[in-house]
Amino acid sequence: MASGETLTTSGYITHHLTNLKVGSGFWTFHLDTLIVSGALGLLVFGSLAVIASRATSGVPKGWQNFFEMVLGFVNQQVKDTYHGNHPLITPLAITIFIWVFVMNAMDLIPVDFLPVTASAAGVHYLKVVPTTDPNLTFAMSITVFLIMIYMNFAVKGVSGYMHEIFTAPFGAKLAPVNVLFRIVEDIAKPISLSLRLFGNMYAGEMVFILIALLGIWQLPLALPWALFHILIITLQAFVFMMLTIVYMSMASESH
Amino acid sequence: MSINATLIGQMIWFALFIWITMKYVWPPLQKAMADRQQLIADGLAAGERGKLDLELASKRSADTIREAKEKAAGIFAEADKRAAQMIEEAKADARAEAEKVYNAKLAELEQDAERARSALRERVAELAVAGAEKILRREVNAAAHADMLAGLKQEL
Repeated sequence: MASGETLTTSGYITHHLTNLKVGSGFWTFHLDTLIVSGALGLLVFGSLAVIASRATSGVPKGWQNFFEMVLGFVNQQVKDTYHGNHPLITPLAITIFIWVFVMNAMDLIPVDFLPVTASAAGVHYLKVVPTTDPNLTFAMSITVFLIMIYMNFAVKGVSGYMHEIFTAPFGAKLAPVNVLFRIVEDIAKPISLSLRLFGNMYAGEMVFILIALLGIWQLPLALPWALFHILIITLQAFVFMMLTIVYMSMASESH
Repeated sequence: MSINATLIGQMIWFALFIWITMKYVWPPLQKAMADRQQLIADGLAAGERGKLDLELASKRSADTIREAKEKAAGIFAEADKRAAQMIEEAKADARAEAEKVYNAKLAELEQDAERARSALRERVAELAVAGAEKILRREVNAAAHADMLAGLKQEL
């Protein structure tokens, strides 16, 4: 709770949904999003790199076993959907699934816990869940989009890609329509990808905030919603990963 | 909801994490998993091979046992045959021997009988002579015949 702000309901909600910012205009940085997502990523992927460097082909134990299961699952999804052999696809899917999952999981920390702690340390705004920031979701989907374009060029070559853009799905005579369709189709991909994740997490966070407003009644409500939210967290991470794999598969196959 | 430079920062984070995963996380883990898969496959293949070997060995031992049984049965049959043959031979021998002995005895008996008969025959002549002697001795009266004998003596 920020100092100098009255404790009204709308004030409380607004406060929770405000990022910690520096800069102005376009050159504004949401420090909380950048730091939380970066720290989580460094922690998880750093640990994974350490675990992977110590991995044995003997009987896997502890974390290695767990992450082999997770990564094996992701790899299976990739194998089932994507039939090329580009070495980028599985690491991309793994990164998306694990990173989105841990960022979403920040939602399970009681909504006031980290903001109040930070407030005591002098930081007055903190939006804990990075995936409720559209900057993050758009950054991910645009990166996926760029990789998708790259895949198109890498697999089909410039002429093959151009040929596909101008002739699919209606043939060469309707080239303008084809191009228009293609543009709409391709732009819809990153937008739907990012807005789906953002919308789900934002709404979930909002419900947590509203539950936190209920005083004593939040106790019987927060737990069921958190339990239910575990499902949403995993599902959204999975959906983002799965759609990325599908897009990569589409980019790597000729029509 | 405002799009700003955070987007660029997040893209950098994302690219960094993809790079870490691609370089340091996935290849070693994938290698470990592939190695393990190979290990398990090898183990299973070895197990399968062992099972096959066992099957072969048990088949071979069964074959050997059957062969031995057949051979034993053959030997038994041979022995039975041989025994029967031996008994037959022994019987034939015994019969031949018995016949020989019988014939020899018979010949001996016949010889004995002949000998006895010839002895008897000789004795019959003796008896006849003796009988005739006895009869003659009783019939001949020395006095009655003395005249005749004296006449004979005159004629000389």
